[in-house]
Amino acid sequence: MKARAFSYFRAATIDQALDAHARAGDDARYIAGGQSLVPALSLRLQAPRLLVDITHIDELRGVRREGGSLRIGALTRHCEMLSEPLIAEFAPLLHAAAPFVAHPAIRNRGTFGGSVALADPASEFPAMTLALDAEIEIAGPSGRRRVKADDFFIDLFETALQPGELITSIHVPLFKADQRFAFDELARRRGDYALVGCGILATCPGGRIEDIRISFFSVGNTPTRVKGVERTLIGSRLEAERITAAQGALDGDLAPPDSDEVPPAMRLHLARVLLGRLLGRLGEGA
Amino acid sequence: MSGFDETLQDEAEAPVRVRFVVNGRKVACEVAPRDTLVDCLRDKLELTGTHAGCEMGACGACLVQLDGRAIHSCLIYAVQADGARIDTIEGLSEGGVLADLQAEFHRRNALQCGFCTPGMLINAQELLSRVAEPGRGEIRDALSGNYCRCTGYEAIVDAIDAVAKARSKGGVAT
Repeated sequence: MKARAFSYFRAATIDQALDAHARAGDDARYIAGGQSLVPALSLRLQAPRLLVDITHIDELRGVRREGGSLRIGALTRHCEMLSEPLIAEFAPLLHAAAPFVAHPAIRNRGTFGGSVALADPASEFPAMTLALDAEIEIAGPSGRRRVKADDFFIDLFETALQPGELITSIHVPLFKADQRFAFDELARRRGDYALVGCGILATCPGGRIEDIRISFFSVGNTPTRVKGVERTLIGSRLEAERITAAQGALDGDLAPPDSDEVPPAMRLHLARVLLGRLLGRLGEGA
Repeated sequence: MSGFDETLQDEAEAPVRVRFVVNGRKVACEVAPRDTLVDCLRDKLELTGTHAGCEMGACGACLVQLDGRAIHSCLIYAVQADGARIDTIEGLSEGGVLADLQAEFHRRNALQCGFCTPGMLINAQELLSRVAEPGRGEIRDALSGNYCRCTGYEAIVDAIDAVAKARSKGGVAT
């Protein structure tokens, strides 16, 4: 349970980090919170020759408003999702999801950017970036760019990040007065990975849904928006019949992979139950 | 893709000098980059109250405070903690901040083998510093990352609950 020997470099700036990564011929990993990376190194699932520590790069820190968005620095820790007032006010879906991320000591060290970069399909935050229509800001050898969350998650642990690139921040549109959100997950035990989880952000002026984004996790190789379900709900008032119809539409959107632990039919059933509960909660706020 | 700069690899096994403030005392020691903080504390600094359990961040036996927050010392390399303030079970015990929790764990048999206890105490201390009087559900929730394979948790929850109530009344549990 020990990592293979590696070299270690503590970067003070993004340029230093990118340069060190390149000097290692890309046989390197960036480390921030390390709450997933360190176990992966211990198990030798990964054995890079260089670790580039990005924890001390000031530019990656901080949560602040930038125009119509909240800029969440990549190094923002999971516990800060609970304690930072700007998150609670302008990204309440992240605030609601945070208590479900692992357990307190992991939340004290794990980072938002790291969670999104890893793109674990069972993790809460990557899926919530989809629900929030967030933009991922990336720095790399060929410059800076922004990628929509919808285009970021490609396959199992595969993202739009290219070798040597790192996430600098995540930009989330500010929560508005006519929006509502809901989050929940079903897990065997609090702190465990969810059997199925879901976050919803809806824009419903006057109680009628004008726009809705529903994102599931633990249901496939990537965090998954259920666009068919979303379409059935546009224009509706979230009455019981419409919720039942939305639950029915899930079959067309989700195809959970087979696993020994949870058969696809059971996961789909749990997803329907969860969707019903969350839409019910959204409707009650109408 | 350029080749690996071999001067980096030469440094991989080379010891790195790290400095911390551990339990209020400045210390320095030499570690390999792949040495975790728990190994450094136990092997280099002889602070064996921090226990290496699963070494995967699941069991919570290795919790220490890093700059005042509870973290898994198995999920951080010692080089990453260079410059940090670290408080281990030894420092927190000697400082007396855990005295009431320790007494209550003792009184209620909230441990058997004791392997998980240092992590339990550090986690309980953090919980009570954040939430004045947590409910039993909250206590159980907070303990989700601390495994105890002896007690079934009931006595541990009782002990933390009693200390929470006593502290919020400004006294100690009896």
